[in-house]
Amino acid sequence: MTNWDNFVFTFFNARVMAEYLPRIIDGFFLTVGLAALIVASGLALGLGLAVIRSFRVRPLNWLIVFLVDLFRALPPLVIIVLIYFGLPPIGLAPSGFVSTWLALTFVLAAFAEEIFWAGILAVPKGQWEAARSTGMSFARTLLWVVLPQAVRLTIPPLTNRTIAITKGTALGSVVAVAEILSQASAGVSFSSNPSPLTLGAIAYLVLFVPVVAFGRWVETRFAWRR
Amino acid sequence: MLNGAPILEARGIHKHFGTLHVLKGVDLVVAPRELVFIIGPSGSGKSTLLRCCNRLEEPSSGSVVVDGIDLLDRRTDINAARRRIGMVFQSFNLYPHMTALGNVTLALRRVLGRGREEAEAIAHAALKRVGLDEKANAYPLELSGGQQQRVAIARAIALEPRVMLFDEPTSALDPELVGGVLKVMRELRESGMTMVVVSHEMGFARAAADRVLFMDHGLVVEEGPPAQIFGEPRAERLRGFLRELDRH
Repeated sequence: MTNWDNFVFTFFNARVMAEYLPRIIDGFFLTVGLAALIVASGLALGLGLAVIRSFRVRPLNWLIVFLVDLFRALPPLVIIVLIYFGLPPIGLAPSGFVSTWLALTFVLAAFAEEIFWAGILAVPKGQWEAARSTGMSFARTLLWVVLPQAVRLTIPPLTNRTIAITKGTALGSVVAVAEILSQASAGVSFSSNPSPLTLGAIAYLVLFVPVVAFGRWVETRFAWRR
Repeated sequence: MLNGAPILEARGIHKHFGTLHVLKGVDLVVAPRELVFIIGPSGSGKSTLLRCCNRLEEPSSGSVVVDGIDLLDRRTDINAARRRIGMVFQSFNLYPHMTALGNVTLALRRVLGRGREEAEAIAHAALKRVGLDEKANAYPLELSGGQQQRVAIARAIALEPRVMLFDEPTSALDPELVGGVLKVMRELRESGMTMVVVSHEMGFARAAADRVLFMDHGLVVEEGPPAQIFGEPRAERLRGFLRELDRH
C-alpha cells in the first residue's frame, strides 16, 4: 500500500464510515439539541443577571460579580464533573445530559452577563436622560431605549463567546452524553480505525459553520449607520 | 412681570458636586408663556440649574415646584411630573435605533399608553410643527444635526408639556444649521409655550426673551429684560462677559 492509500484507509475508510454514520447522525442531533438549550438558557440567564445588575443593589451585585467570576474562572469540564458526581450525594442525580447542559449554561451566562453589562454601560448617559426626561421609568428606559442599543453593541463578542462555549458540548463525552465526539470515539474503539473521528469533525463543521455564518449575518442585520 | 401663578418656581437652589459648590442659592421663577433666557460663562452653573428643574440633577437643597407639583417631595411621582416638563439637550440624544417617528411616539405609547395609530397621529403633527414630517421614517444618523435637534423638540412637545427646558440647543450645531432650530423655537414661543433657555445665542435672546438671567460662579448676578441686560448692564462681571462675546 502506498502512503496515500494508507492515509485514506486510516481517516477516510468508506466501510467504517458507512457503518458508523448513523451513530454520528444521532450524536449530531443530540449535540444540536444540547447546544440550542445551552444558548437559549445561557443567554437568557446572562441577560437577566445584567438587567438585575443595572438596578445597582449593592449586595446583589456583589453576589452576581462573585458568581460570574467563579464560573469564568473554573474550567467547564470541572463544573460538569462537579455537577455529575457531586450532586448525587445530596440526593440529586442529574444525567450526563443535564449536567453538561447546566454547567455550560452557567459558564455561558457568566460570560454573557459581563458582555451585556459592558454593553449597557456603553450606551451614552444622554440616552438615559432623554428617556427619563419624557417621564419614562428606569425599567421602561432600560427595556425600550438602553437594552436594544446594548444588545446591538454586544452581538459580535457575544457570537464568538457563544460559539466557543457551545463547542464545549464535546466535554459531555466524559459523563456519557452520546453526542458527536462520544459517538465518534466509541466508533474509533470498536473499529480500531480513526475514520469515525473524521465523520465527527465533519459533523461539527456542518453544525458550526452555519452558526458562524448566522453570527455574521446578525452582525450586519443589527448594525446601524454611525 | 409675573401674571398669575408661576409655572416653574425654583427657590434657594444649592448644588454640591463633592467639594464643588456649583449653585449657591439660586431662584428661578417663570410665569406662564414667559421665555426666560439664562446666559453666563461656562462653569457658571446654568446647565446644572436647568437640570435641577426636572430633577435630572438632584438639588442639594432648595425647592422646585412645577405646575403646582413639588418635585423634591419624596411622595411625588417624578415620572408623572416630568411629562409636564419637556427637555431639549445640547447633544440631541435621539434614540439611534428608532426612526424620527419612533423617537416621538415612544413616550406617547409606553408612558401615556396611547395606541399606535393615535400616537403616530400626534407624532406626525409634532413633526409637522418642526417642519420635518417628511423625515418621519428617517433614522437619526440619516439626519443633519439641525434636523436631529428639531426631531428632539418634536419628541418633547408631543407630550404637551407645560414648560420646555432648552440646554444649549444650538451649541453642537454647524453655524448654518442654527437658524432652523431657532426658527422652531421662536414659533414655539409664539404659540404660547413657556420656555427656559440656556444658550449663547445672544441675538435670539435680544429678539425673543422676556427676561434674561446672567449667572456667574453659581449665582444670578443680574436679571432683567433683554434691553436692560444687553443695553445697560450694571454688574462689572456682566459687562466683561458681554465684551468677551463681542470680540468673537
